[in-house]
Amino acid sequence: MTIFDLETIRQDFFSLFGLPRQQALDADALEVLYRDIQAKVHPDKHAHLADSDKRLAMQWATHVNEAYQTLKNPLARARYLLRLAGHEVGLESNTAMPTEFLVAQMGLRETVAEAKDAGDADRLDALHRRLRKEIGGEYAQLQQALDAKELERAGALVRQLMFQEKLFQEIDDALALVEG
Amino acid sequence: MALLQLSEPGQSAAPHEHRLAVGIDLGTTNSLVATVRSGMAVVLNDELGRPLLPSVVRYGTDGQVEVGYGAQAHHSADPKNTIVSVKRFMGRGHQDIAHIESMPYDFVEAEGMVKLKTAQGVKSPVEVSADILRALRERAEASLGGTLTGAVITVPAYFDDAQRQATKDAARLAGLSVLRLLNEPTAAAIAYGLDNASEGIYAVYDLGGGTFDISILKLSKGVFQVLSTGGDSALGGDDFDHRVFCWIIEQAKLTPVSHGDARLLQMRAREAKEFLTVSGEAPIFAKLSTGEFVDLRLTTEIFAEITRTLVQKTLGPTKKALRDAGLAPEDVKGVVMVGGATRMPQIQQAVEAFFGQEPLNNLDPDKVVALGAATQANLLAGNRAAGDDWLLLDVIPLSLGIETMGGLVEKIIPRNSTIPVARAQEFTTFKDGQTAMALQVVQGERELVSDCRSLARFELRGIPPMVAGAARIRVTFQVDADGLLSVTAREQTSGHEARVEVKPAYGLSDDEITSMLKDGYTHASEDAFRRALREAQVEAQRLVEAVQSALKDDPHLLSTLERAHVDSCLAKLQGVLLGDDRRAIDAAMDALSKGTAEFAARRMNQSVQRALAGKKVDEVEL
Repeated sequence: MTIFDLETIRQDFFSLFGLPRQQALDADALEVLYRDIQAKVHPDKHAHLADSDKRLAMQWATHVNEAYQTLKNPLARARYLLRLAGHEVGLESNTAMPTEFLVAQMGLRETVAEAKDAGDADRLDALHRRLRKEIGGEYAQLQQALDAKELERAGALVRQLMFQEKLFQEIDDALALVEG
Repeated sequence: MALLQLSEPGQSAAPHEHRLAVGIDLGTTNSLVATVRSGMAVVLNDELGRPLLPSVVRYGTDGQVEVGYGAQAHHSADPKNTIVSVKRFMGRGHQDIAHIESMPYDFVEAEGMVKLKTAQGVKSPVEVSADILRALRERAEASLGGTLTGAVITVPAYFDDAQRQATKDAARLAGLSVLRLLNEPTAAAIAYGLDNASEGIYAVYDLGGGTFDISILKLSKGVFQVLSTGGDSALGGDDFDHRVFCWIIEQAKLTPVSHGDARLLQMRAREAKEFLTVSGEAPIFAKLSTGEFVDLRLTTEIFAEITRTLVQKTLGPTKKALRDAGLAPEDVKGVVMVGGATRMPQIQQAVEAFFGQEPLNNLDPDKVVALGAATQANLLAGNRAAGDDWLLLDVIPLSLGIETMGGLVEKIIPRNSTIPVARAQEFTTFKDGQTAMALQVVQGERELVSDCRSLARFELRGIPPMVAGAARIRVTFQVDADGLLSVTAREQTSGHEARVEVKPAYGLSDDEITSMLKDGYTHASEDAFRRALREAQVEAQRLVEAVQSALKDDPHLLSTLERAHVDSCLAKLQGVLLGDDRRAIDAAMDALSKGTAEFAARRMNQSVQRALAGKKVDEVEL
């Protein structure tokens, strides 16, 4: 029986699930692996054991949840891959963004604000769906950049996508307010 | 029924080792206790064969504490000392409680969680809930003939940290070992999912006496995964009653009404509401203490009209929960109705209209939560039969954030994160030699602290004094499987653990609980001490069995020396277990727990390795 280096498993989310370290991911495989490992380490499986078991279970389950959430979300996964390659993506800062991108984003934000003020839930919903469709292409570009190990380009795309994903959050918040 | 086959050799309990575990539905209006007997979940009835225990507690001037139907009988005669719907006060302050002015209770003017002045002194809602839980524990122990190993207690999914902690504190005061705080919709999903072998996306619409929860779950191959949850922890059947009550007052042109009469009319209002479920018209008749008569007729149309906005109020959180899960109403395979209030025809109609399908009502909405909780309790206590394996993955309902400059909130853990979950953040000092710092944690989705709910103030002490800005204090925010937050802090450069003192905004301090526990012991008889001893013995026995089982399965994970140490700790505990020194038992349990910590870590690694190795050899089955 091979002895796993626990620290290695615990530090690298890909190793934890035995998945290849790349942007492309078999989502179904991840689901099955996640469930299988959680089924072993979850606190519910250790509720009748000693305090040390319970504490350990909580640490493990927490770690598995973090690994799963990071790998499941394509943007988080990309950021994580960049981090593993030593290329930390900082928080999005306006100065690093191309001007026309920023202008376009500001325009979209205005649209959201108008729709929110008008209480137009349908318009917000439609915008959400359209943007979601458009962003698919950018994720494809991101995967390509990562596969080609073009870290700078990948980093720039990640920063852009983070900006755009934030807009979805704003639309959701606006919808919650309008429907509330 | 067989679900995910994850049999662990050596972990199924032999019949004589069956541990007594129960599920408790601590409801706003009614409470229940259930257990698994001969493989079936059943609700335990009282001596008169009644399954429900009204969540009503009366503190008589004679020093008697009455819980249930007996207390309910006095509620209009003695409204001040008869506490109903105490769940609405758990973890809540004055400003949180709607219609507080119309309540007959004597509230104490204070910060934090409300307190009530009764004939038996000031009571915290935690103590009142503890009295209800105690009654349920006694019912269970009488029925099952032994000390309970533990209980799963349900809470509304939308309960915040303070409300959850208050529930756990109440259980502690009632002498219950909490195996898990389980979200009510999830409990219902277990009862439902296992009962119907269903797979797919389900919505659980849970309208209780005082709370509303909506949960979206994915059921698949024995895994219950909560995708999102939402609700309103101050919306329930009580509010529908209140609308009818206001209507009665208006129609009969009654003002002012005494507290006793108000209680009477509230009861009539509830009866009328329930009557409308089976009839188009409900008579409302009452004789007041003033000698006046109330004689009205409430129709379904009027009721629907006066309660329309309440029904609408449930749809907002429902839409939000679906959006959070990235789903539309048509993606939902079935809608499970939970809670007595879902019997109302307009609720059924509104849900059907929203989801475009008839909701599922085949499980008794009053019992389903307790049955699900009992099923989970049975599993958590370690009573496992082959094929009896499922996994619950629940979420935190509200985002957690910390207060930063200018009264803003920085979100650290977003809502609907699967629990357990943790996040670490680094802080530093801004004065030379600073040895302490404080963090304000809030719950909610808004950007301003003032719009969120204050959870607690965490004071970190014992930071090694350094130059300002040199300290690197890593604070870890951990939410456990009960949905409760704990905070630890470590100064990275020195490796020094800071001491964390918690000052809850709407909770009891450790000192208050200790003193309540002490009060409980001084007022109780000799039996209380024997109880505590018996509980310690039960817990110790559980631990002995668990360690023995682990040693039988994985002896190869310990060296000869390590094994000798574990055997010695085990023998020590077995020695004191049969005695009557509770402290010795606790100390021996602690020693055994510490002595097996490394062993436990190796066993966990082995489990994970096996889970992965299995996948490499076989095809991944979907």
